[in-house]
This record gives sequence, C-alpha cells and structure tokens, in this order.
Amino acid sequence: MSSSKKIRVLVAKPGLDGHDRGAKVVARALRDAGMEVIYTGLRQTPEMIAEAAIQEAVHVVGLSILSGAHNALLPKVTELLRKEGADDVLVIAGGIIPEDDVPGLKAAGIAEVFGPGTPLSDIVDYIKAHVKL
Amino acid sequence: MAREKDVEAGLKEWEEKTVSKTIAKYPERSEKFETISGVGVNRLYTPLDTKDMDYRESLGFPGDYPFTRGVQPTMYRGRLWTMRQYSGFGTARETNRRFRFLLDQGQTGLSVAFDLPTQIGYDSDHPMARGEVGKVGVAVDSLADMELLFDSIPLEKVSTSMTINAPAAVLLAMYIAVGEKQGVPMAKLRGTVQNDILKEYIARGTYIFPPKPSMRLITDTFRFCSDNMPQWNTISISGYHIREAGSTAAQEVAFTLANGIAYVEAAVNAHLDIDSFASRLSFFFGSHSDFFEEVAKFRAARRLWAHIMRDRFKAHDPESWKMRFHTQTAGCTLTAQQPDNNVVRVTLQALQAVLGGTQSLHTNSRDEALSLPTEQSVQIALRTQQIIAYETGVADTIDPLAGSYYIESLTDEIERKAREYINKIDGMGGAVTAIEAGYPQREIHDSAFEFQRKVDAQKRVVIGVNMFAEKGRQKLEYLKVNPEVEKEQAAVVKRLREKRSPGPWRDSMKGLKTAAQSNTNLMPAIITAVKAQATVGEICDVFRQLWGEYKAPDIM
Repeated sequence: MSSSKKIRVLVAKPGLDGHDRGAKVVARALRDAGMEVIYTGLRQTPEMIAEAAIQEAVHVVGLSILSGAHNALLPKVTELLRKEGADDVLVIAGGIIPEDDVPGLKAAGIAEVFGPGTPLSDIVDYIKAHVKL
Repeated sequence: MAREKDVEAGLKEWEEKTVSKTIAKYPERSEKFETISGVGVNRLYTPLDTKDMDYRESLGFPGDYPFTRGVQPTMYRGRLWTMRQYSGFGTARETNRRFRFLLDQGQTGLSVAFDLPTQIGYDSDHPMARGEVGKVGVAVDSLADMELLFDSIPLEKVSTSMTINAPAAVLLAMYIAVGEKQGVPMAKLRGTVQNDILKEYIARGTYIFPPKPSMRLITDTFRFCSDNMPQWNTISISGYHIREAGSTAAQEVAFTLANGIAYVEAAVNAHLDIDSFASRLSFFFGSHSDFFEEVAKFRAARRLWAHIMRDRFKAHDPESWKMRFHTQTAGCTLTAQQPDNNVVRVTLQALQAVLGGTQSLHTNSRDEALSLPTEQSVQIALRTQQIIAYETGVADTIDPLAGSYYIESLTDEIERKAREYINKIDGMGGAVTAIEAGYPQREIHDSAFEFQRKVDAQKRVVIGVNMFAEKGRQKLEYLKVNPEVEKEQAAVVKRLREKRSPGPWRDSMKGLKTAAQSNTNLMPAIITAVKAQATVGEICDVFRQLWGEYKAPDIM
C-alpha cells in the first residue's frame, strides 16, 4: 500500500444494542494507528451503514454487534455494498459472535471476525495487511 | 497516642531493616502496585492508616447511619440476599419455562430481560426490530405476552425485577394489570423497574426520548408508586452498565450517585416530598475483579449516599438515607477463551458482593462471553451463590472485613474520589447537563481505552487471554434462539391489532396523548392503554410524536 494514502474506516454499530465500549476503543486504536475513522453511533440499519460507507468512500467497514442479531444484519451489509459495486471494501466484525456462526458470516463476505480478548494490534495489523487502497 | 508512636517507630524500623534487606535480595514483583482502577496499593496497612477514623461517624452500626456496615440491623443473619438471575429470551412462553425452572432450583426472585425492540419501544414487526426479536431477552409487545410470561407464577409470592428503562412505565403498567388478573392488588406487588434513563444516555444505549420528558415519566412513576405501590422499587439507579462500559470503581460510584441526585432533584422540583419516595429508590452495581476494591466500593457508596440524603437533601426519615442495592458480577471480565475459568471469576466476584453487603445478586454464567447462557450454566451460577450462602459461613456475621486497615483506607479513598467527581458534575450544572455535554461518557471511554492498552501491554493480566493462553478453544454448548421466533412474534402482534376491540383502544390512545400534553400523571392513562391491548410500540409512538427522540452527543 502507498504510504501517502490514509486508510479510511467506518466503525459501525448495526442493530439495537448499546454496547459501544468495544467499537469506540477500536475506533480510537485505529485512529492512533494513523487511520481516518468515522464512528456511526448506535442503532444503524444495514442500509444506513452501506450508504455511509459509500458516501464516506471508506476502505474498511468495522461492524460491532453484541445483540445476537449478527446473522440477520451483517450479511445484509455486504450484500448492499456488493449491489453498489463497493465489494472491494474490507468488511470485518467483532462482538459477541459464537464460533459456529463465523463460517456463515465469512461465506457472506465478512473477511474476519474478532472475538472478545482480541488485542487491538491484531485488528490494526489485519487491516493493514488486507485493505485495498 | 503512645501506641501510635510505637507503631510508627516499629513500621519505620521494619521498612528500613527487614524489608529493605529482603528487597535487596528478592525484588518485589513490581515497582508500583495499584488496584484495577488505578488506586495505589501500599505494601502494608497499619493502624496508622485508620488513625483518623471515628468509629461511630465513619462506620456506625448495621442498620444505622451512615450504613457503612450494612442497611439492615442483622443483615444475612436475618435473611440471605435475594438470589436473582437475570433471564429472558425468545417468546414469553419459553421465558416463563426458564423462570419456573429457576424458581424450582431455589432462586428467590425473578429478573426479566426484555429484548432490545421492547426496550426501545418497537413492536416485533417494526423494521428496526429486524434480527433482534427475542435475542437478548424476551419479546413483549402487549399485555397478552406479559400474561404468558407470568403464567402460573403467583405475583403475591415472588418479587420481580424488570430491566426496562425508556418504556419502564409501560411495562410496570402491564405488571399491574397481570397482578390484577391474578387477584393481586398493586399495593401487594413487590419488585423493581430499572427506570434509570440517565445511565442509558451514559453507557447502556437503550434510550428513546430526550431527558426532560424522560425525567417526567420517571417522577410520574415515583409519585404513582408512592401513592399506590408501597413495596415497589421505583428505580434501580445503575452503576453496573457504567462500569461495564469501562469506568473505574470511583467513577462507577460517582456517576451513579450523581444520577441519583438528579432524580431526587427532579422529584423534589415536581413537588414530591422527599420522604415519600426516597426509601423506594434502589441501586445496582457491578462486582468487578479487584477483590478488596470492590468490597470497599460497596461500603463507600452506601456511606456517601447516606450523607447526600441526610445532609444535602435534608431527608428526615432514616429509611430515605439507606442505599439498598442489587449486584451483578462483571460481564466484561468473562472470557471467551477457556470459559470454565469464568466460574471461578464469578465465584470471587459474588463473594465480594456478599462481603460488601448486597441485597440481591445475579451471578453470570460461564458462557456469557459467547451467547446467552444454557440452563446448565445458569444452574452452576445459581449454585455458586447457594454455596457461598450455605457452606462458607461468610453470611453469619455482619460486614466481616470492617476494621481491616486496607479495606477502611480504600473505602475512604473511593469515597473521596467519588466526591470529587460529584463536585465537578455539580459545577457543570448536574448530571443531565454533564451527560448532554458528553462528560461522563468521555471519562468512561478514556478509562476503557487505558484499560485495554494495559491488557494489550500485559500490564493487566487476563488469564487465558494474555497469560496462560491455549491454542485450541475449549468448546461449550451454547444457547441458540430459534430464528423463527421473530416471524411468530410478528404474526402474534399483527393478529392482536386486528382482533382487539378498536373502540377502547382508540379512546385509550387519545387519553394517553391528552395526558402527555398536560401535567397529569401519565401512569393511569398508560394502565388504561395496556388494558385496551395497546402495544409497547404504539404507546411509545404517541410519546415519540410529542417529545421527539434523544440524539447522543458525538464524543469521538
């Protein structure tokens, strides 16, 4: 990747849960790592997230969800991005997501799922290695 | 004084001769020790650390001001704490089965988890409810669901806590209506509605309306309950979620009590007599992983609240000075890695809560970093409380850690730090203004970030995560909520709207709007509406149209 171009990330909270400790901590870590980070705030529908991702021309979308609605909402985000021709956006997820659900999410285009206990540097490194600028 | 001098001299000698020699040979594990909240920890605490403590003033006796040693005169020698597992998932029928299982297993109170659409005032067929119905709690759209939820559970015998905030008045109205149907008058109902909107703005996120009308809903429930429901806790002022969002122990106490101050002020401004409602205020804290700090925190919070109620608000009735609280072990300390270790964490945290004098307790289940708990995991969590209560002897004497030089020093320190924050919030114009400016949110976020940095740098150890980690994952069976629940529940609420008699429903909605536009208490109109089968979503929509919705400040 070229060093002059900043990685732009949308950190989003799909669904209704208000647990944004993780989302905000990750957002700050990515910013500290030199990325431009936009945080959506709570209660975003997949449509709102996809629209914001396209409008803000981000390279990465980070989805944080702890409500258990991940199977219903996360694939919808990647589907909408694909529809808009933004399938080069790297979409990753984190939160309370049981292991058994991870293969399904990956098949739906979620590149990686970061569970509880993930060091912040793992997320930073992953983005740097996989982002398409 | 002579004794004090003697201790001082002895301490000096011990440090200079004995300790320094040992350290020269065997250095300590760290140059600096501190609690998980960053309070410095000394090598040793002695009578010198508590020499200024006046026993009667700082500690007193259980059941007496300032309640540092507990709010009841005999504490657990009289009655053990209420064992109350927070639960709910899927449909009302499924959750009713889990409730009855828990009661059969010796649980002594109920605690209802509602799903997020219910908590945010959306019916199960609302587009915003997509994917969320029945997930983190039970879906309740109407009185019919509430009746199923408490089917065959006699409300005169059980106390019920409901984690519901923005629409708390609506769910309380439903509970009253269910009681009435069972032949239990509301005066005999026992339980709690969380009803704490300020911490929703700060940390938990299930707000609907802006602060002003939200505070009115809360003071309306205070007044209604003080007139009609003498055994009902009208609010559970919660530090738990503030702590889970990343705060320190002192911030948890401070922000919670600052919110408490705001509720009391709002009620007093609405011309309620303080002694008519203050004894029904209750609190809720987390029990995190620093053992002594947590015990000290509970004691400090009790003492500080007693001061505030007696000296600041001039409440006369000693009942108004008592901080009664529920405790939950800290969900954020559970690890997805090596989940069986969580049983041990929960045990220690539960013990802290008991040593801190809690009135009721929820113990988390080992699988909650991954999903809602299975029945087997919940059973272990409940047994943990029962073992502490019946086998260890810790419940047999009151406040057994009192007088410990360390515990008393920490209790003072947490109270001091919390007071500083409360003074700062007072200076900003109170909790509501501070929250609208994003102040507590920012403080909590800073603490959360700092903590994560320490974990990543291995300055804070999390066993199984950054120390003694294992490659392979320990697999647990976990609870899956049937995805069909959403479709079923959406169909149920649609059918209800078609089948109910439209006349009473329409009248009740009109009555609700009129009441909301005037200064009358909203509770009677809400009770009429739920009895006319109005849904949670419909009732909240009436308020949404009049009051609008809360917009969170951007703190990032």
